[in-house]
Amino acid sequence: MEKEVLEHGLNLNRRKFLSRLSLGLGSVALGSLMIPDLFSGSEEELLQSGLPHFAPKAKRVIYLFQNGAPSQLDLFDYKPKLRELQGQELPASIRMGQRLTGMTADQASFPLASSKFTFKQYGQHGAWLSELLPYTSKIADELCFVKSMYTEAINHDPALTFFQTGAQVGNRPSMGAWLSYGLGSENKNLPAFCVLLSKGKGNGQGVYSKLWTNGFLDSVHQGVQFSNSEDPVLYLNNPDAMDKDDRRRMLDRLAQLNDENYQAFGDPEINAKVQQYEMAYRMQTAVPEVTDLNHEPESIIKLYGPECLIPGTYAANCLLARKLSESGVRFVQLYHQGWDAHDSLPSQIVGQCKDTDQASTALILDLKQRGLLDETLVIWGGEFGRTNYCQGTLTADNYGRDHHPRCFTIWMAGGGVKPGVYGETDEFGYNIQSDPVHVHDFQATALHLMGLDHEKLIYKHLGRRYRLTDVHGKVVSGLIA
Amino acid sequence: MKRTITATILIAGIIGIVLWSTRHAGQDAPDRISYNFHVRPILSDKCFACHGPDQNKLQAGLRLDLAKNAYAPLPENPGAFAIVPGKPDSSELMKRITSKDPDYLMPTPDSHLSPLTEPEIEIIRKWIEQGAVYEKHWAFIPPQKAALPKVKDTDWANNEIDYFTLAKMTEKGLEPNETASPEYLLKRISVDLTGLLPTEAEMDEFAADDPEAAYEKALDRLLASPHYGEKMALYWLDVARYSDSYGYQDDNIRTQWPYRDWVIHAFNKNIPYDQFITWQLAGDLLPKASKEQILATAFLRNHKYTEEGGVIPEEYRVEYALDKVKTYTKGLLALTVECAQCHDHKYDPVSQKDYYQVFGFFNTSKESGFEGDVSVSKPAKTPILTLSEKEIKGVLTFINQRDTGSVTVSVMEEADTARATYVLNRGAYDQPTDLVKPGALAAVLPFDTTRYQRNRLGLAEWTVTKENPLTARVFVNQIWQEFFGAGLVKTTGDFGMQGNLPTHPELLDWLAVDFMEHNWDIKRLVKQIVFSATYRQSSEVREKHLEVDPENLYLARSPRLRFKAELIRDMVLATSNLLVKEIGGPSVKPYQPKGLWEVASSGRGELKTYEQDKDSALYRRGMYTFIKLTLPPPSMIMFDASNRDQCEVKRTSTNTPLQALIMMNDPTVLEASRVFAQQLQAENQGLETNLSRAFRSIICRKATPKEMEILKGYYAEQLALFQAKKLDAYKTLAVGEFPINKKLNLDESAALMKVVNTIYNLEEAITKS
Repeated sequence: MEKEVLEHGLNLNRRKFLSRLSLGLGSVALGSLMIPDLFSGSEEELLQSGLPHFAPKAKRVIYLFQNGAPSQLDLFDYKPKLRELQGQELPASIRMGQRLTGMTADQASFPLASSKFTFKQYGQHGAWLSELLPYTSKIADELCFVKSMYTEAINHDPALTFFQTGAQVGNRPSMGAWLSYGLGSENKNLPAFCVLLSKGKGNGQGVYSKLWTNGFLDSVHQGVQFSNSEDPVLYLNNPDAMDKDDRRRMLDRLAQLNDENYQAFGDPEINAKVQQYEMAYRMQTAVPEVTDLNHEPESIIKLYGPECLIPGTYAANCLLARKLSESGVRFVQLYHQGWDAHDSLPSQIVGQCKDTDQASTALILDLKQRGLLDETLVIWGGEFGRTNYCQGTLTADNYGRDHHPRCFTIWMAGGGVKPGVYGETDEFGYNIQSDPVHVHDFQATALHLMGLDHEKLIYKHLGRRYRLTDVHGKVVSGLIA
Repeated sequence: MKRTITATILIAGIIGIVLWSTRHAGQDAPDRISYNFHVRPILSDKCFACHGPDQNKLQAGLRLDLAKNAYAPLPENPGAFAIVPGKPDSSELMKRITSKDPDYLMPTPDSHLSPLTEPEIEIIRKWIEQGAVYEKHWAFIPPQKAALPKVKDTDWANNEIDYFTLAKMTEKGLEPNETASPEYLLKRISVDLTGLLPTEAEMDEFAADDPEAAYEKALDRLLASPHYGEKMALYWLDVARYSDSYGYQDDNIRTQWPYRDWVIHAFNKNIPYDQFITWQLAGDLLPKASKEQILATAFLRNHKYTEEGGVIPEEYRVEYALDKVKTYTKGLLALTVECAQCHDHKYDPVSQKDYYQVFGFFNTSKESGFEGDVSVSKPAKTPILTLSEKEIKGVLTFINQRDTGSVTVSVMEEADTARATYVLNRGAYDQPTDLVKPGALAAVLPFDTTRYQRNRLGLAEWTVTKENPLTARVFVNQIWQEFFGAGLVKTTGDFGMQGNLPTHPELLDWLAVDFMEHNWDIKRLVKQIVFSATYRQSSEVREKHLEVDPENLYLARSPRLRFKAELIRDMVLATSNLLVKEIGGPSVKPYQPKGLWEVASSGRGELKTYEQDKDSALYRRGMYTFIKLTLPPPSMIMFDASNRDQCEVKRTSTNTPLQALIMMNDPTVLEASRVFAQQLQAENQGLETNLSRAFRSIICRKATPKEMEILKGYYAEQLALFQAKKLDAYKTLAVGEFPINKKLNLDESAALMKVVNTIYNLEEAITKS
């Protein structure tokens, strides 16, 4: 008992130590102090368990989440066969009992719907891309298209939660929180995990703070939602009529008063509080500096497109993501709503691509020209794919597509990723033909690129060791350069 | 006391000390090894995953959690024995855990479990030497009242609690701190019992009286206050994962708040805990169930509810039942059984079949998994309890229904034909396997069907029978945690094999038995705790404490604890007299940064935009702030409030710069600073009095001369800046909707406001010492 109790104390102290000193100020050095917490164990474990587990290929992540699920069949997964079979019934031999969402479960017929957009091959790997992605097609050689992603969830909320936390339900830490926990931040004046939200004109599905939750990890690892209002971080700005000097005067008095109380109680928590106020003060300078997009050169505005000057757009968020990442933010998570095209897909997807194609491409090019692409892992993708058959009535130039978990495409770029095309689907675009990549495999691979072994990045909570990949996942070596 | 060491060195020192102690704990292994306290934690953590209760993961047919299997010939090597009692050297277990050969070593390297440490090996060796005696898990043995331990200083003890804690302190070479000074004590009990600070008048009265008499008088006053129920409910609402919206993507509004009002009422009325639980689990099944009893079952309906078009209803109906199982087992029994959803539990004696038997109780209600998407959303889902205006005004007066008309709540009601329950393969709703009947966890206490019906009422009765070894212990521990910041079992939600052992097992058991003997009387339990000398100690941290017991496991001092998120808001509003002390009612939407809901919303449903409330609704207690599950109130979440996604029994307490930003810049705090400053100024008692009253109201003690000097210095400096127009007084004051008193000298108002805001930002302002 003695031992267990003391170990609990040890863990608690480490945790306290970190939360006292850090807003994910981790750094690799502190990260290694953080990690023993994951183990129940001895100081041997404590000393051996330095992080990262091995040399990382990437230091930071920018995840461009395309919320609502873009249609792989209209963007990446070229299926000439569907054109031949246009309007014909999806064969049962292909569907193989796939469960359907409530939106099409009662549909009498499942007419195959080919994409109305034209496809061409690009780059040395001959990646197929549709005419909707003129910018992306120019950087095809930088990207790794994973065409054989699959998931288990068929509805947005569980599927998103699964991608971000490794479980469809449950209040588990999201990927960014795990990385903040494991690796800390490179910049002690900025949060390790930042979240940026935008909306397209297409059918939106909402996002939820549980997607960037710390779960059972300390709340310092929670994603900090940046907003496009005057306060880029909640409550960041001093009140009107209070400038930086005046805040300094207040903080000096506050520190004196807190110190009086420390003299009386001797509780280290009091001094820790003073340090947090100092960090807040530094954030008040650091955050506006990084979020101010008004001083970017003309070449950058041109690269991302004029929308990048409108706060809250996907383009502005891509530019902001680059700036945050460049400043050492470990994990920048974007969400862009509007891909959920159950109907009128051809018109909806045009708008979505207009919002995202140029800026996503710009981000890659911008990172590259700054020499940052090699150390930044960029991910683009949704929570599942869309069906090869039409939801609703199929007409000559209109169709909708329902949710499809069995195959979809995402792309990755930068830090340690091997450009090219990975995996293949069948000629119907319904099932995976080769090299399937499960969501947990994707997560294991992303962690691997960050120098983390997904089976070792664990946290013991209520008697169980938890990981991002639950009890599954394998690193997909074919995705790694 | 001299304190020149910096926090960092202190903390580094603490880690060093604890490390040192960990290293030596095993080598100083006690003479008599206990299976429960020494051996089982090691076996559970390192061995049971493959050699424990999970039949599907069992390796080599060997179970180490059962004596008869561990002593038997090894199935794969019948000449050898895992454990030979008395003979460590003949025990295969010893050979395996000490081997240098990675192919032979246990745990195997690919298990990702580290090898046992030297001290751990020593414990196992000694235990086998002493006969390798197994014991039932401590938490599954019914608690008994042990005799009070002998202590030297019986004068110190106020009640039984103190005998147990003092004995432990003495054993560790610690002495209790002296009693905290009256000012701190009054703040402590006021915040702990009502969540509100004492008023100036209450402070004066307390200070004037004899300390002991004043303390008892204050206790009685606070326990009788209607705010006692609010404070207690704050904890229970985390357990009950109470919220004001459905969660999931469109996250529309729902009206579960009458349940919240009932919880407050139940604590105020001091409904015995056994009834409190019975009503919430099975109020609808009680003979001639009253509407109040049915309302209590909303406890089981507070989970999220999907309105996402296209879901498969059965998948979600099952999900809701799983959530009920989790809330019941974690919140009431402190067992984590979710793993048994997919496979036999790896550590605790809960098989997958056991799990689905419990699930069976919650699988027979009238619920459906989906009642249409957000376009047809209603504020409650079937089964629905409708409370008419007449019923509310007549019997259910505790429900604060401000509108006329009825209100609906999602509650429990059994379906006409009971749905059969099957074990679900890997927890998948569409893969039923074996048929099971509802039944409680036999490892805790057999479910005797001659005594209990196989329904929720039977489960409730089984839960609150005095033979149940967990229920009282778990609740007593939760309440202890409310006052000491940590339970006697630190893992409040896990009393299983992987949970922490109690620091004071005899005290926990004594309290649990005493609680049951006194009719599960919650107020009595609370009073026992706050009456104890242990609770009343000063929280001063001494060198000796940091050396011997940095985490305060042995309670030789009172903990210093930061307020819960909701209470920070309450403190700010109450001291500035803005607080509207109305109890219950529909949740409110006070100031919130612009655009938060809008940017994340799908654009559908009533909650797609944040419609801020006006007037008195801006100044309600923190517990009434509207909780939208997909974007809970940010200032609460940043101060570690539960996001109410699932049953929670313990909040963390972090310290971050985002919290500092809230206290400095949140309009709620700024408005309160201004309003409080102008009130003081209007009373025209002079600067000295204004400053000392502001400090005393917020901190609950008199400022020291040094503190007064700092406050005065800051005020003078600020006033000069405002008068010189270097700072803009009106702009400074123009925050919040409460009108500015323009008759006052605004430069003075602004300067005083800045001082008040600084006081709100003190570490001590949001800490109970």
